[in-house]
Amino acid sequence: MTTMNIIQAVNNALHTEMERDPSVVVLGEDVGKFGGVFRATSGLYDSFGSDRVIDTPLAESGIIGAAIGMALYGLRPVPEIQFADFIFPAFDQIVNELAKFRYRSGGQYPCPVVIRTPYGGGIRGGHYHSQSPESLFVHTAGLKVVIPSNPRDAKGLLLSCLRQKDPVLFMEPKRIYRASKGDVPEEDYEIPLGVANVLREGTDCTAIAYGAMVPVIEEAATLAEAAGISVEVIDMRTLLPFDIETVLESVKKTGRAVVVHEAPKTCGYGAELASSIYERALEYLEAPIGRVTGFDIPFPFSLEHEYLPNADRTLGAIRKTLEW
Amino acid sequence: MAAKKPKDDLYRVLDNEGKVLKGAKVPEVSDDELHKIFETLLMVRIVDDRMMRLQRQGQLGFYMKSLGEEASHLSVFPLRKTDWVLPSYREQGAWFWAGYTIKDFINQLFGNEEDPIKGRQMPVHHSANWLNYVSISSPVGTQIPQAVGVAMGMKIKGTDDVAMTFFGEGTSSTGEFHVALTFAGVSKAPVVFICRNNGWAISVPTDKQSAAESFASKAVGYGMPGIRVDGNDVLAVIQVSRDAVERARKGEGPTLIEAVTYRREGHSSSDDPSVYRADSEPEEWAQKDPIKRLRGYMKERGLYSEELEAEISERHNQAITDAYERAKTLGAPHIDTLFEDVFEEPPWHLEEQRNYLMAQERTKNPHHH
Repeated sequence: MTTMNIIQAVNNALHTEMERDPSVVVLGEDVGKFGGVFRATSGLYDSFGSDRVIDTPLAESGIIGAAIGMALYGLRPVPEIQFADFIFPAFDQIVNELAKFRYRSGGQYPCPVVIRTPYGGGIRGGHYHSQSPESLFVHTAGLKVVIPSNPRDAKGLLLSCLRQKDPVLFMEPKRIYRASKGDVPEEDYEIPLGVANVLREGTDCTAIAYGAMVPVIEEAATLAEAAGISVEVIDMRTLLPFDIETVLESVKKTGRAVVVHEAPKTCGYGAELASSIYERALEYLEAPIGRVTGFDIPFPFSLEHEYLPNADRTLGAIRKTLEW
Repeated sequence: MAAKKPKDDLYRVLDNEGKVLKGAKVPEVSDDELHKIFETLLMVRIVDDRMMRLQRQGQLGFYMKSLGEEASHLSVFPLRKTDWVLPSYREQGAWFWAGYTIKDFINQLFGNEEDPIKGRQMPVHHSANWLNYVSISSPVGTQIPQAVGVAMGMKIKGTDDVAMTFFGEGTSSTGEFHVALTFAGVSKAPVVFICRNNGWAISVPTDKQSAAESFASKAVGYGMPGIRVDGNDVLAVIQVSRDAVERARKGEGPTLIEAVTYRREGHSSSDDPSVYRADSEPEEWAQKDPIKRLRGYMKERGLYSEELEAEISERHNQAITDAYERAKTLGAPHIDTLFEDVFEEPPWHLEEQRNYLMAQERTKNPHHH
């Protein structure tokens, strides 16, 4: 075991897989000699050379388009989009091309590209360095979406992504890139996709989040505990396909649920989770499902901490489910 | 054709009657190869004619012809089996040249249970991984950076294979064109870009598409050669393509080829060119017809006879009739296939949706369709 932060864990996973599988190729802006603006690809260029760690021209649709071509040809490209906010020039390549290749070719052309991109707010980045566009991609047929919340999961989930044959958007919570530290096995291991993690057991209410909102709901659970409320904490880890069983099992036990994400509320991931729970466990619910989310406004700069969900707002939502 | 008249820098081998131009270099093409080229171009013309008639009779939802552009498809002539092609939607001749059968072609148009892509796309969006021909997409230009990625992959893997991609001149206005040629120039990827300049992007002529002197001239900005070729002269097309493919194979990087041709009919079965251009234009271009010119050249080489053409046409027509007669009796792909190939294995939510659909009355009793 070594103590790592999320960036180091991602970097370790890339090293591990590039060592093991010569078809893995990293490409993107500044990922080569510099090692990425967040240093996630640090050292790869020296270890694996400019053929496998490629500094590309500054154009996201080219990065994803080229990655698609490489994957069609049998490589395992891992493109980096420097910030999730910059992913939109590649939206067509991701949504209409990457996610559809296997289906539209009748299964002839699988396209196993794993796109890595840092997302989320709380870093004083304003609208163009803070967004959480995950729902746009969860809504895209043919794409898997994975978001780790800690270093151990980051490594294990990324290795799983690189060893299956579907395209994945791997979103990294940059607000806790360095703040989240923990023990990470140095050896090779995988954490399966589609399996949520129950971080804390509880009996009164289930709090559900992913990525940078996981520490927020954990803090809320601690505050709740002090107030005599027992909260079960679930980290989704994979947004699609998601672990409905773990969620239902928990909600059936607690009878209450609060979903937290920093993306805007309307048509956000919380809407899908809540709806999925209602469809399957309405009779177990003691109260409407709470949603604590970003607002339906562009991501602000000066007032970002008013925008972002926090432990207080989460606790408020938990209390509301209990008072209903 | 656009009002703009770029300087006459077209690479040519044949005149409008198929005679070799004075001083022109004739590419090495064997008698057998020439025969196969002729068969392929005739195949495109006959298939196009028959399929459009089916469309007009209401038997087929949609079709796109290549009348007058067939020779440009033979840009694939110098490719090997291990090379890759990322086509757009108007290169039937490239597919037939590579060995895509009329049976597969027609089954795709009908989206039936023998369609190689399981009825997943509208007509003319073929895919053949056994030929390294990549699935066609409707939004124009998306295949260009992908072709560069394939070529970068070839370089990374250390092969001397080549990727070729086709697009129309209208597509050179997209960001994807610019981005792809930028990536190709920088990476020196072994890729050949074939820009079929057929004069029209649906109803928009070339002078409304670009103010550049020519489409080939854009290559300068990306650090690669740009070559204009007479796209109705199959020997010239083969020669410039062969040069570009050899360059790429030797590691000397990408080439942009502008094949100057003309779309003598509508963009698709849904188009009506009489609204936006004079009839005299396609008539003028008929004088430069690529098949007429090939006939002329084959006569010179003593390889052409009317009997030969009649025999080939008869064979193609029979193959089309056979394929069509079978295709129209086949049903749609099984409803179960709807949920296949979204992912390698269907996750629980797709299983759930599949089970829901399978339980529908309409699904259980298909006569309700």
